[in-house]
Amino acid sequence: MSAEAPAPSGGPSMFAATARNIQNQRVMTAVKSLFLGMTLLLSTPVVVILGVLLYKGLPAISWEFLTADPINGMTAGGVFPALFGTVCIVIVALVASVPVGVAAALYLSEYASDNWFTRLINLAIINLAGVPSIVHALFGVGAFVLFFGFGTSILAASLTLAVMTLPVVIVSTRESLQAVPMAFREACWNMGATRWQTIRKVVLPNAISGILTGIILEVSRTAGETAPIMFTGAAFFLPFLPQSVYDQTMALSLHLFVVSTQVPGVPDELPYGVALVLIGMVLVMNSVSIAFRVYLRRRKKW
Amino acid sequence: MVSPPPDSPNPGDPQRAVKLSVRDLTIRYGETTALAGASFDVLENEIFGIIGPANSGKTSLLRVLNRMDTFNAGMSWQGQVHFDGQDLRTWRNLYALRRRIGVVFPLPVGLPMSIYENVALSPRLRGIKSKAELDVIVERCLTRAALWDEVKDRLSQLGSMLSGGQQQRLTIARALSQEPELLLLDEFSIAVDPVTTMKIEDVLRGLKSEMTIVLVTNLVQQARRLADRTAFLLMGECVEVGDTEDLFTSDDRDPRTRDYVEGRFG
Repeated sequence: MSAEAPAPSGGPSMFAATARNIQNQRVMTAVKSLFLGMTLLLSTPVVVILGVLLYKGLPAISWEFLTADPINGMTAGGVFPALFGTVCIVIVALVASVPVGVAAALYLSEYASDNWFTRLINLAIINLAGVPSIVHALFGVGAFVLFFGFGTSILAASLTLAVMTLPVVIVSTRESLQAVPMAFREACWNMGATRWQTIRKVVLPNAISGILTGIILEVSRTAGETAPIMFTGAAFFLPFLPQSVYDQTMALSLHLFVVSTQVPGVPDELPYGVALVLIGMVLVMNSVSIAFRVYLRRRKKW
Repeated sequence: MVSPPPDSPNPGDPQRAVKLSVRDLTIRYGETTALAGASFDVLENEIFGIIGPANSGKTSLLRVLNRMDTFNAGMSWQGQVHFDGQDLRTWRNLYALRRRIGVVFPLPVGLPMSIYENVALSPRLRGIKSKAELDVIVERCLTRAALWDEVKDRLSQLGSMLSGGQQQRLTIARALSQEPELLLLDEFSIAVDPVTTMKIEDVLRGLKSEMTIVLVTNLVQQARRLADRTAFLLMGECVEVGDTEDLFTSDDRDPRTRDYVEGRFG
């Protein structure tokens, strides 16, 4: 790897590696190996988790497991109500948070000037991202379940999750908007385009893939969260499908918690199967949006 | 190589309308003064050169002419600038103002869309929807920017895939698609090879009959080739304004102008 050719005996040559060159090479190699090591280290948990889940949970997975109701006090049967409930919660949460988050990010990035007010809003967003999910849960109970009177329902649970994930959407959207070079905006403004025309014609088309990345993150987080929904809309055991957003529902994340800790006599592979379904669902949702993003990025133009 | 512009206007000619009048223009960025008290007139259908070394306020001056100062929070200006006799400060609708003024930046900004869309964008913003009409505009503007023959078979390709010189001509075509009355060029040849520069210079000479052009350049000879009249800026001061040839040959010019155009500094 390192160029350690000794200097020719005839005297110093400009192509010979000096001691300093060799040392630099060694440092470079060491740093590179260190970073590679860290990268491998951080991917280990992912591999192990997925491996264990697949090994232990795969026997539980079957078509019936995905489409049947849980039976015998949740010690047998399938997870369909929970799977369906999680999908509902995620979709309603997305519908609530994406328009608000993207609009707020557009305002902050494209319209707002840098003053104490916008700095305060940015601070609030950062702090909102740091609030623990259990606190969001209590907020959700107070605001959506009781104050707005939605009761424990999909709507209340989804809105709680939406509030919790808003910072992610806002920050990632704002970052991708700001990654669009300023020169593009100025060129467009100089043609007499209004702010909104510029956003629509130039900024959004180039930021859309980054915005989708933020939404992908949000989907994963929304589907997996347990605390915010267990007080606001997710049911312990409810083998019926919800009829409207005002109904309670089962959810995979809470179901996983329940079958692994709250119910006696659950076969070993069942919780792993539930976990596998949850991860698989997130993966499917993500791959749809990743595919969409790849399609859009192919049209990315600079 | 250098020949005097054939139709140098007489600055005292009462026939020629003043397109742009600048009086005591001072530009500041926070505490820093970029330009102090510049005054000059730009006449209709002339090429007005602005020369000077780096950091002399040329670009800042251009930015005010188009009210691009509203894009930077830190930028402020005093003085009067009239465009077509109307005070720039009293223009309520800056979008309408900018629509009448085309701008070309030092580094070409090909918008991330197809060549066709780059040129069709401004007409579309004006509300032209008919494909046939847009086709005509795109072809006309690209032709006038001396780019049509090179790109006519690949109009749907990305504008940013063109070479640097082609992209610069694309931005000129885009500026022309606004049908501007005033064209501001900021050191357009910085990223362009000499052959393309000559092509663009020919284009500009042709455009003079239809619009007024303000050409900021740090190539002294380019100003001499193109500009009817020229202003020399130095360290934020407008040293001299006059017929371009006078700046290069007159005996009673400012010694700093002489030193600069003769290449003794800068």
